Amino acid sequence: MSDMLQQTNGYAQLAADVLARAKACGATEADIVVADGETFSVQVRVGAVDRLTKAREKRLGLRVFVGKRSATTSTSDFSKDSLDQLVSETCTLANAVVEDQVSGLPDASQMAKDRPDLDLYDETTLDTEVQIDWAKRGEAAAFAADPRVTNSEGAEFDSSSGRVVLANSHGFVGSYKSSSFSLSVSPIATEPGTGAMQRDAWYEVQRKFARLASAESIGQEATRRAVRRLGARKVATKRVPVVFDQETAGSLLANLCSAVSGYGLYKRASFLLDQLGQTITSDVITVYDDGRMEGGLGSHPFDGEGLATRKNTIVERGVLKSYLLDTYSGKKLGLPSTGNASRSVGDSPSVGPTNFYLVPGTKTAEQIIGSVKEGLYVTELIGFGINMVTGDYSRGACGFWIENGELTHPVEEITIAGNLKQMLKNIEMVGSDLVFRGRIASPTVKIAEMMVAGN
Amino acid sequence: MADTVQLTTFGVTELEAQHALDRLNVRDVDYADLYFESRVSESVSMEEGIVKRAAKSISQGVGVRATAGEKTGFAYSDELTKKDLEIAADTARYIANSPKGGHAVPVPAQRRPTRDLYPIERAKAEVATADRVALLNEIDAEARRYDPRIKNVMASFNTEYKMVAVATSDGTLISDIQPLSRLQITCIAEDNGNRQVGSFGGGGRVGFEFYREQNRHLDYAREAAREAILNLSAIDAPAGVMPVVLAGGWPGILLHEAIGHGLEADFNRKKTSAFSSLLGKRVASDVCTIVDDGTLPFRRGSLNMDDEGTPTSCTTLIEKGILRGYITDKLNARLMGIPLTGNGRRESYQSVVLPRMTNTFMLAGESDPQDIIRSVKKGLYAVAFGGGQVDITNGKFVFSASEAYLIEDGQITKPVKGATLIGSGPEILTKVSMVGHDLKLDNGIGTCGKDGQSVPVGVGLPTMKIDEITVGGTQG
Repeated sequence: MSDMLQQTNGYAQLAADVLARAKACGATEADIVVADGETFSVQVRVGAVDRLTKAREKRLGLRVFVGKRSATTSTSDFSKDSLDQLVSETCTLANAVVEDQVSGLPDASQMAKDRPDLDLYDETTLDTEVQIDWAKRGEAAAFAADPRVTNSEGAEFDSSSGRVVLANSHGFVGSYKSSSFSLSVSPIATEPGTGAMQRDAWYEVQRKFARLASAESIGQEATRRAVRRLGARKVATKRVPVVFDQETAGSLLANLCSAVSGYGLYKRASFLLDQLGQTITSDVITVYDDGRMEGGLGSHPFDGEGLATRKNTIVERGVLKSYLLDTYSGKKLGLPSTGNASRSVGDSPSVGPTNFYLVPGTKTAEQIIGSVKEGLYVTELIGFGINMVTGDYSRGACGFWIENGELTHPVEEITIAGNLKQMLKNIEMVGSDLVFRGRIASPTVKIAEMMVAGN
Repeated sequence: MADTVQLTTFGVTELEAQHALDRLNVRDVDYADLYFESRVSESVSMEEGIVKRAAKSISQGVGVRATAGEKTGFAYSDELTKKDLEIAADTARYIANSPKGGHAVPVPAQRRPTRDLYPIERAKAEVATADRVALLNEIDAEARRYDPRIKNVMASFNTEYKMVAVATSDGTLISDIQPLSRLQITCIAEDNGNRQVGSFGGGGRVGFEFYREQNRHLDYAREAAREAILNLSAIDAPAGVMPVVLAGGWPGILLHEAIGHGLEADFNRKKTSAFSSLLGKRVASDVCTIVDDGTLPFRRGSLNMDDEGTPTSCTTLIEKGILRGYITDKLNARLMGIPLTGNGRRESYQSVVLPRMTNTFMLAGESDPQDIIRSVKKGLYAVAFGGGQVDITNGKFVFSASEAYLIEDGQITKPVKGATLIGSGPEILTKVSMVGHDLKLDNGIGTCGKDGQSVPVGVGLPTMKIDEITVGGTQG
């Protein structure tokens, strides 16, 4: 731990040196992010190690402002000569672009004052053999769960830990550590008669190793999902109600998240322009973005510009209450930042969700499916058929056909289509089954009607 | 011929590389390599008529790999000291279960690829930021001049200058310099509250001058603006099964998704591809011949050598409808006992090698493109596409049109809004009834994702008719 602390202090000093150097080169403002981390990954396939990867990496990103002009650079080389050159190149680049009146750091008064411990880091280090064993047990459980599982894309166990230090010319310095542990299992089931194959997968990610579900339960769930797809067929083209499971509902929520993100809005490239305070979904929908959820996969004590993260109400009973904004996109829209600056080392800040979720309702998934006389239960979406400017939506789908409230047979090679503006307003039911497997999470939802295209 | 990159460029001596390879070369290890990479990426972007952003990124590192049977051990480092190489080598050979202490590998002979598909001087790759800014400003003006309903223009110009060297346990040390650039334009058109988007772009392993030749950059700007304006009058797409005619060029993404991924050797060795047992069998109608060709000059998907140092080649995947071959890297070629095609690629030193496509396209047929359109009574004509995706195991693929039209009684009529096409890889090409004589390669904008790794690729297609495919619109 003392090594970790020493390293953090070392990076803070490095950041201070680079900021001073940028100022000497003519920068009026600057910020710097330093990130490092260790990753381990093992893939097991059909009982044997297929691939084992281990690495340490580090990167530094610098953004400078020369008046209203700015540029961003990054490097993995932390030697003094290299950083000196980087600083001067960054200032040269900034001088070459055009003035942008709203550019600049946030006001010094806005910088985060607290540094809450959000329980993002687990100091557990796992032996290589333990991690291989997790992957092997996950895959073995998938094979054992059903004789129709005949092959496998493998099981993968990943662990990583890292640190971020952010500093700027206002004197802000912040740092935090985080870790993650994950297991995914991807079995392939074969239909005895035809030999047709279906793959599916299940996974879990946690910041704390002890919170991971058992390898066996993840493998078994993966098999349940793969086997139930056997015998899938197309259905006739028809307009019907569509139930999205947690995973696919999460992807719908991700579409909403993009539509309310500041950059798309000020570029007029979102289907939700000028909707603040307006009804954009049915009244069963309430959405939060909570940057301070303990142990959350999207939690950070401060955002990519050093502003405090917080819990924002995005949609309340159907009414759009807040966009997701950083300082720049906020200024473009005449609004303050919502603490949603996301910063990858090599880029200037953008907007991203923290823990963005749909508040659960009271119905179970079974009850929601039970409410459908004839329709589709979607469990996987593929392709990129979403137009964020218009909301037009048309994606490939897999799932199950619903008749009289029961799942009848698996379905594939179909598309579902509509327009996100109407789809959001047509959400009739929200399930009680919210589980966080990533930064964006949703319970099961039901949309009153969409076009299913098949035969 | 391409210039040789010395290992000292990466701060490593040949002796140190040799030592690391020796250390990797324990008893069970079949093959080992070191992949040194140094990459400088630069970008400038504009929106709202202002070139607001400029960015530059420098990365350098080494990927160290050992394979034993089907197992791969892999480590990477952004530090290139002797000690870091040793640690990486010890990590990578962990999978071999062999005793410590490697034995000497053949001393590599320094080589360079025997051809130079992208002879670009560094000086030409390094263009003053001011010139790039000027290019984007001209694009903005041109797109707005095209039509006053164009309300925003977003354009970005990205370049990458990558030096790589591969040292292998089979005694090769080979290097390459791989420039890459891309110009991408998106326009938003607005008319009485109706907003639509149009995109266009191009690039390749070309220098900055490419974009100004014959004012290509202005052509791109007009194309992006034209698509956005066209979509203002587009009607909702139909839903259901119908004939679809694909225009030449970028719609070749269908081949990439429907066929290409399924023919990557790793999926077939593991028998997880819908094509696993179909070698020598008919998977397409006899008008279809499809190749993957990494040897085309200046193309985005081309390489002098792949990331294992193997020269790229032109591989016939499907010949007159019959499945002929897979695309391979060293690991899969060895395990499957099939030819090495030079398709071992990786996103960077931080990723493992996988068999990946280069430029994938269908050879020209004999039909007149006009006759192909005229043969359709009621269907869809798809000209431009967004992205696509495939499920390798069941073979189902989708791809989404960004510019498409109805065909009615043999005539192209109304533009329709983006529709997604969905089909089955092993079946779709059996439904191809006509192939035009107008083979066209795409403009150089493709990026392919697999296992979280992105690599630049190309596609190509002549005008092609599919007798039936499901179109995923909203109008029944």
